[in-house]
Amino acid sequence: MSIEVKNINKRFGNFVALENVNVSIPTGQLTALLGPSGGGKTTLLRIIAGLDTADEGSVEIEGVDATKLPVQKRNVGFVFQHYAAFKHMSVAKNVAFGLEIRKQPKEEIRRRVDELLELVHLSQFANRLPAQLSGGQRQRMALARALAVEPTVLLLDEPFGALDAKVRKELREWLRRLHDEVHVTTVFVTHDQEEALEVSDEIVVINEGRVEQVGSPDALYDEPANDFVMSFLGPTTVLDGKLYRPHDIEVFTHPGIEGSLPARIVRELRVGFEVRLTVELLDAAHEEIVVTVTRAHQRSMGLREGIDVWLSPTHAAAAVPVGGLN
Amino acid sequence: MASRRQVRKGPFTYLLRLAVVTYLVLLVAWPVVLVVTHTFEGGTATLTGIFSDPDLVAALELSAYAAVIATAINTLFGVVVSLLLVRYEFPGKRIMSALIDLPLSVSPIVVGLALVLVYAGRDGWFGPTLEGWGFQIIFATPGIILATAFVSLPLVIREVVPVLQEIGTEQEQAASSLGASGWQTFWRITLPSIKWAVVYGVVLTLARSLGEFGAVKIVSGNFSGETRTTTLAVEEKYLNFDQQGAYALSFLLASVSVLSIIIVFGLRARGARVNETRSHSGAPVAELAPSEGRTS
Repeated sequence: MSIEVKNINKRFGNFVALENVNVSIPTGQLTALLGPSGGGKTTLLRIIAGLDTADEGSVEIEGVDATKLPVQKRNVGFVFQHYAAFKHMSVAKNVAFGLEIRKQPKEEIRRRVDELLELVHLSQFANRLPAQLSGGQRQRMALARALAVEPTVLLLDEPFGALDAKVRKELREWLRRLHDEVHVTTVFVTHDQEEALEVSDEIVVINEGRVEQVGSPDALYDEPANDFVMSFLGPTTVLDGKLYRPHDIEVFTHPGIEGSLPARIVRELRVGFEVRLTVELLDAAHEEIVVTVTRAHQRSMGLREGIDVWLSPTHAAAAVPVGGLN
Repeated sequence: MASRRQVRKGPFTYLLRLAVVTYLVLLVAWPVVLVVTHTFEGGTATLTGIFSDPDLVAALELSAYAAVIATAINTLFGVVVSLLLVRYEFPGKRIMSALIDLPLSVSPIVVGLALVLVYAGRDGWFGPTLEGWGFQIIFATPGIILATAFVSLPLVIREVVPVLQEIGTEQEQAASSLGASGWQTFWRITLPSIKWAVVYGVVLTLARSLGEFGAVKIVSGNFSGETRTTTLAVEEKYLNFDQQGAYALSFLLASVSVLSIIIVFGLRARGARVNETRSHSGAPVAELAPSEGRTS
């Protein structure tokens, strides 16, 4: 394991930011720290980097106890949400910074900077100032700057959080490919479940200062440990006291399927290719359930407001009991 | 490029402008111009006369010397205190911040008297001890420097603190994560970021130091040719009905201040021009930059 975090506790005044956190982050993988804002994921990342110190617990990086090491000695690359570009330096100087601090020979620095700018597709902007770059370009510069020192681990704090939706999507695909090229152990913080599911090899779900679940994107999606993980990773609906994904509930226009529940479609909302049907159970409680079907499916079955249907979870659908832990 | 917003100019706008211009002319421009015209009323003779009087030359030198040393001290001290105030939390921080403004609000003459109480050679609180070691503070150059430094203390700090707050700590943290020590981070990241604030602070401090009168009058002893500064010499000449000489000296003092402001203005404009040419090398940024999509 590349990073071992053990029994970390951190408080800010009365606020408990992290409570007894234990995480192992595998070498050479892209790991996401996923969770809602204020859940403690950025604090954990900063503690790993040495930018913050934990009240209790230890951090080990590549077998070395880093708990007491200052940030300068940890050899981590850190990328900030708002880039933290050195505003008075050119792009090339920004990237060269860590190498100059390490007193590398000038020729070597130039070669390495060229190489890195090539890697992040900023070669023609080498002499620009950061203010003359777009947000996405600035973040790529920050990434090149962090990679320049050949860090043991690369830590990214909401790296795409300040970018607009389109650039964010492009940049995260690019990060995934970049990681496949350079293979440095990478941890990134995000509150965007789609980003985590799409980019990472491993996801650590953090909520209210605690680790809720650790696993691959598939494992988390298919076998969520509890209702928090399930609802954080995607939309959910309640059927028969259990949480399901809205696309995991099948709709029939006739009764007879074993265990299916009679209901009536009360609203429909089309969003692009999918249709969200709000369905009211025909029992005493009149619970409302959201079911999503494709547009084609809706048409072929003639699903529309006011008709009676029968609901049943699909075979092997992911489900967790409401309000409880497994 | 942001185009300036066009504002409709009604009669009120012109009235307001007139009021402001009148105010500035009556309060600043006219009096200063009068000093200049009075200086050159009898040609340049009065001005050259200053430089042939060894006592006056000594006064000019003393003023320059005291101002430069006081400015150096306050610049160094000012940057350190600003960092302390912005970057660190410690008990008594608010009190310290308030204390720093004290020199601006207390009359310089009170400052002078206070310094005498502490450093006077015979009966000061600390003076006799220093005197025993061979240091004379009051009625000597160190006292003048001390008084000058006291009154101009907040100027660098008040320029630097807001800039430090604005730039935040992320750049410094990034530098640390790249291996830079605290000292390297300060020289390579923090100082370049606050450069202009420091320059402004230095110019203001220098101008304020050259013009200091009240505190220096008390602590210097005002011995002609030894501890009489230029401002004290102006007063002396004025009281002795040598108005011409007083105006000429005032003119010298004022021109140094005006000159330093012009220099800063020039440096600033040059800095802005360098940035401008960099951003316009080749095509405008927006055209040259590839879309984010093409980078993949």
